[in-house]
Amino acid sequence: APTDVGLPPEFKTAIDAFVTENPVVAFIKGTKEMPQCGFSNTVVQILNTTGVPYTTVNILENDMLRSGMKAYSSWPTFPQIYIGGEFFGGCDIMIEAYTKGELNEALEAALNA
Amino acid sequence: MVSEEDVREAIAAHLSDAEVNVTDISNGCSTSYRPGSLPTNRCGTGFEVQVVAQAFEGKRLLERHKLVNAALKDIMPNIHALSITRAWTPQQAAAA
Repeated sequence: APTDVGLPPEFKTAIDAFVTENPVVAFIKGTKEMPQCGFSNTVVQILNTTGVPYTTVNILENDMLRSGMKAYSSWPTFPQIYIGGEFFGGCDIMIEAYTKGELNEALEAALNA
Repeated sequence: MVSEEDVREAIAAHLSDAEVNVTDISNGCSTSYRPGSLPTNRCGTGFEVQVVAQAFEGKRLLERHKLVNAALKDIMPNIHALSITRAWTPQQAAAA
């Protein structure tokens, strides 16, 4: 479970709603058109390959979002990918899941839910 | 400045009998990164980590990565990028 220490309740509520309303969300450095880091770019390229609609959030634009998402996800780095309202992992997990076909399974499950 | 040895020791201290490989990849990312171009500027300290540990037994990849992240909690603020390219049990390592 995410650690709630130092995480404002309204922040948690807002992110809960956001990742539920948007089945595939990547919190990245930069945008999907212009990723600002190689790791974020890798995730964008993988998601582009799958052909599913997805949303990106640029964590470089907001320091509170940047620190808040680390606490919300219990994950210290970016990118952070949410699928079906649940934290799926970072860049390395995306690469492995994509390679093994597990990413497509997770995406299909989330988009058909 | 965090060193490869700092990362290796932190993981070994938290995951008993872990076999740890750490590679400095500080040049692997850049704030001026553009798709299709080679990264040029360092934007921080980065490491690639490979871990083989019994503690991973019965855990999904996300949980395994969280164990490694937890081990590095104290030095993570000084690490820009962490890439965990292997989180295997000794059995998986033997079969590879």
